[in-house]
Amino acid sequence: MTFSIPNIAFALPEMVLLGFGCALLLIVAYVDRAPQGSGFIAYWFSQATFVITGLVIFQGMGGEGGQTFNGGYIKDGLSDILKLAICLINMVVLLYSRHYLQARGLFTGAYYILAVFATLGMLIMVSAYHFLTLYLGLELLSLCLYAIVAMHRDNKIATEAAMKYFILGALASGMLLYGMSIIYGATGSLAIPEVAEAILSGSVNRVVLNFGLVFLVVGIGFKLGAVPFHMWLPDVYDGAPTAMTLFIATAPKIAGFAMIIRLLAEGLGGAHAHWQTLLIILAVLSMVIGNLAAIAQTNIKRMLAYSTISHVGFILLGVLVGTAEGYAAAMFYVLAYVLMTLGGFGMILLMSRAGFEADNITDYQGLGQRYPWFAMMMMILMFSMAGVPPMVGFFAKFAVINAAVDAGLMPIAIVAPKTFQWALSVNALAVLGLGFFPGALLALCTRIFM
Amino acid sequence: MEKYIFYAFAAILLFSATMVITVRNPVRAALFLVLAFFTSAGIWLMLEAEFLAITLVLVYVGAVMVLFLFVVMMLNVNLTPVQEGFTRYLPLGILVAALITAEMIAVLGASHFGLDIVSAPIAHGANYSNTKELGRLLYTVYVYPFEIASVILTVAIVAAITLTLRRKTSKFQDPGKQVKVRREDRVRLVKMDAVKPKPPAVASEETAS
Amino acid sequence: MIDLLMSIVDWVTAQTVLYTMIKIVAIIAPLLLTVAYVTYAERKVIGYIQVRIGPNRVGPFGLLQPIADGLKLMLKEVILPAKSNMYLFVIAPVLAIAPALAAWAVMPFDATLTLANIDAGLLYILAITSMGVYGIIIAGWASNSKYALLGALRSAAQVVSYEIAMGFALVGVLVAAGSLNMGDIVLAQQGGFWHWYWLPLLPLFVVYFISGVAETNRAPFDMAEGESEIVAGFHVEYSGMAFAVFFLAEYADMILISMLAAVLFCGGWLSPFEGTFLADFFAWVPGIIWLFMKTSFFLFLYLWFRATFPRYRYDQVMRLGWKIFIPVTLVWLVVVSTAQVMDVGIWFNEQADALRAAL
Repeated sequence: MTFSIPNIAFALPEMVLLGFGCALLLIVAYVDRAPQGSGFIAYWFSQATFVITGLVIFQGMGGEGGQTFNGGYIKDGLSDILKLAICLINMVVLLYSRHYLQARGLFTGAYYILAVFATLGMLIMVSAYHFLTLYLGLELLSLCLYAIVAMHRDNKIATEAAMKYFILGALASGMLLYGMSIIYGATGSLAIPEVAEAILSGSVNRVVLNFGLVFLVVGIGFKLGAVPFHMWLPDVYDGAPTAMTLFIATAPKIAGFAMIIRLLAEGLGGAHAHWQTLLIILAVLSMVIGNLAAIAQTNIKRMLAYSTISHVGFILLGVLVGTAEGYAAAMFYVLAYVLMTLGGFGMILLMSRAGFEADNITDYQGLGQRYPWFAMMMMILMFSMAGVPPMVGFFAKFAVINAAVDAGLMPIAIVAPKTFQWALSVNALAVLGLGFFPGALLALCTRIFM
Repeated sequence: MEKYIFYAFAAILLFSATMVITVRNPVRAALFLVLAFFTSAGIWLMLEAEFLAITLVLVYVGAVMVLFLFVVMMLNVNLTPVQEGFTRYLPLGILVAALITAEMIAVLGASHFGLDIVSAPIAHGANYSNTKELGRLLYTVYVYPFEIASVILTVAIVAAITLTLRRKTSKFQDPGKQVKVRREDRVRLVKMDAVKPKPPAVASEETAS
Repeated sequence: MIDLLMSIVDWVTAQTVLYTMIKIVAIIAPLLLTVAYVTYAERKVIGYIQVRIGPNRVGPFGLLQPIADGLKLMLKEVILPAKSNMYLFVIAPVLAIAPALAAWAVMPFDATLTLANIDAGLLYILAITSMGVYGIIIAGWASNSKYALLGALRSAAQVVSYEIAMGFALVGVLVAAGSLNMGDIVLAQQGGFWHWYWLPLLPLFVVYFISGVAETNRAPFDMAEGESEIVAGFHVEYSGMAFAVFFLAEYADMILISMLAAVLFCGGWLSPFEGTFLADFFAWVPGIIWLFMKTSFFLFLYLWFRATFPRYRYDQVMRLGWKIFIPVTLVWLVVVSTAQVMDVGIWFNEQADALRAAL
């Protein structure tokens, strides 16, 4: 393998982020001795880091793209947009979670260090063009997330959630790695374009390739929480402190989407027919079970977790279509989903106080009378998640289903809206039963699970 | 000759790996794991991957497993409750394991990965330095993954410290202050008159009577 | 059975194996004898430092004392403590001495005198010596005694901590020499006293030797044994020959560390007068003598330390290892790498590079 000097300019965002991350590490190490702790400085420093990284990404946007680091890194339109989104989302996440962390004694430099490095992991994943880089980015991200979930270490539930997350995450990584190694055995390369080329050339042994593909899809399913592999997701979302849930539920999903695109669409595009079947099962089950289980929840964090599962189903639905239109729809969906989730968990953070976690649905009763403005916001968010027309959630769902229909996947496209139509009517009936509008508004909004 | 050495190593490896999961005492399980690492290092040596083999011994046997043993010995883990139901689930376990093994043999066996399909690597001469080649690749072609791996390790340290360090409850000393200490800080000379004992004569008489 | 073996092993292989066996014996037998006389030297040296005479009863000047000690230990009963883990208890001394002896395989005694001249020699030594801790930790655990367990845990933590600093110090050597082969490392130091690596790598040299003292659990880092605290540490339950094996392992490790210091930082078998007018005058001295003299000097340092320094406290040991040695080695690694790239001085210049390339 020949070596060429890497074009460092392409990877500038990652390098800036890494540099600032290391600086933050040093600053926190020295400021931590101060009596007021390092939270305040770390908070502003990491916000500045995200702003600067965002600016660097924005600067490079639309410019020439290409690969560098011997095919380990790629800069293209997809990576630019997703990276910018990740930076912006994380800025908002830090903003939302600040007061929650302060009230619970978690406002320390360590959280911000982990957040910055997790962001670095996401950027690496988005730009990975080699199985190895992709896997390492994923591990960097996951490691930070495990630690972030476990940070509230005196809280038993949070620790348990972190433990579950860690064990299942490690299992998923193992699956992914196993799949990658088998695909390497089949194609003789780990570089994504070379894998794609080998598959298209037809010289690859199909049995071996499919064997690896199954492990790969299972690994992705575990990481994203698609249905047969979703068991950890509600427990972790529920058990982690809400600010941490907000972090793990938003930007990492964008990175996860990038991982699917790089692995399945770009790397194994030639084996589309094979992974399509697998993804259909995952997508349909996720949409059905995610929606149905959400109805039964009394805890709003759990409910949002199940809603995440069903959203993952929709994202997979967009991907499995396998056309450019489908990928675009899935990407739009993931961005819309992250926006909505940001709002949803943000609302929970807003309602929580020191010593009070507003995580039961009943806690929101009467919100419409006390804070009509927030109740309105909550309603908009929940409607958007449900896919009610003027909100962004509707367009996202519409785009995905449209792509599926165009590609001739009619049966699945029908399953998708049918489940939530059915569930919606259950909710509507519940609302009718409740009878009076303003007080029950929230109960309605929150119980609209999607 | 080489073949027989390989089979010997492979047999020890399989035996010790089985013992790791079946032996009752966790310390002995950990020690069998050490043996498993060591024999796999031997197999790697036979594959001419001497750098990896030695690194496996250095890192896993020399450091990771020592710390592992450390924890196991300190915790005094009792595995009996964990192993309850072992016989009950054994048939199902064997079934699943057999299925997986059969699948793997079918897919990963000689028919797909045999020598006629994947050619054997070229055997290098005695002057070929595996270590040098690895270093060359790591710092050129794979420099990006290499750097990411170092970031991962940094994060692992940060995470471990964050989750375990409790600064407020632990006492620690400042060696600088200890060194700077002078005699005047610790010892004070006080001038006192010598205390004379009282004449004991009267008292002793009273107690005696 | 013999037929089967003969069918596996052809004659040439058998010959090689036989020769190797003989070579191994030729290394190990003198080594064990040296161990015996290092104990004698230790008692004598410390005796004189403390204004005593030391052993002087058995043989002339007490020279037969180590032999007598060995005989005594051999004749003593090996006691197996009740409720100890019998199997591990017996295997622990073996695990302690095996790596201590195995590490000698790559040691270059002279330009051509090496049992196995392998490319990754330095790495091999690091890996093998890192396994010595198993003997200690298993002995401590299998004895089923509080003192033994505490000693083993202390020792394991200490050895693992100092291995990092030591490893980094050795990385400095391999950056300077450009090779992991022990013989090449010595040859890269050619040119006399001022060309040896002790000077450009002085911080690493100091860190290496102190870490070596800590690795072998010798005073002032002997908390693992700490007579006044935990009786005798991990081998408190051992007696007779089993104890003697631990003893052998400890001293063999000491000699190994000293000889490594000589090879890696002090030019190994090279004469210190190279390049001076005395070079020809001392040309008749075989390289191995220089190596032994250098090794003896470092061994003497061991004894000197023991007689001079009070024992460290446990947290101080950890602080020294983690907070001082590791940062120092890291900083000096950067310095060495820079010097290597910039061709600084007589150690890193292009001439030295050319020499290295020729190796």
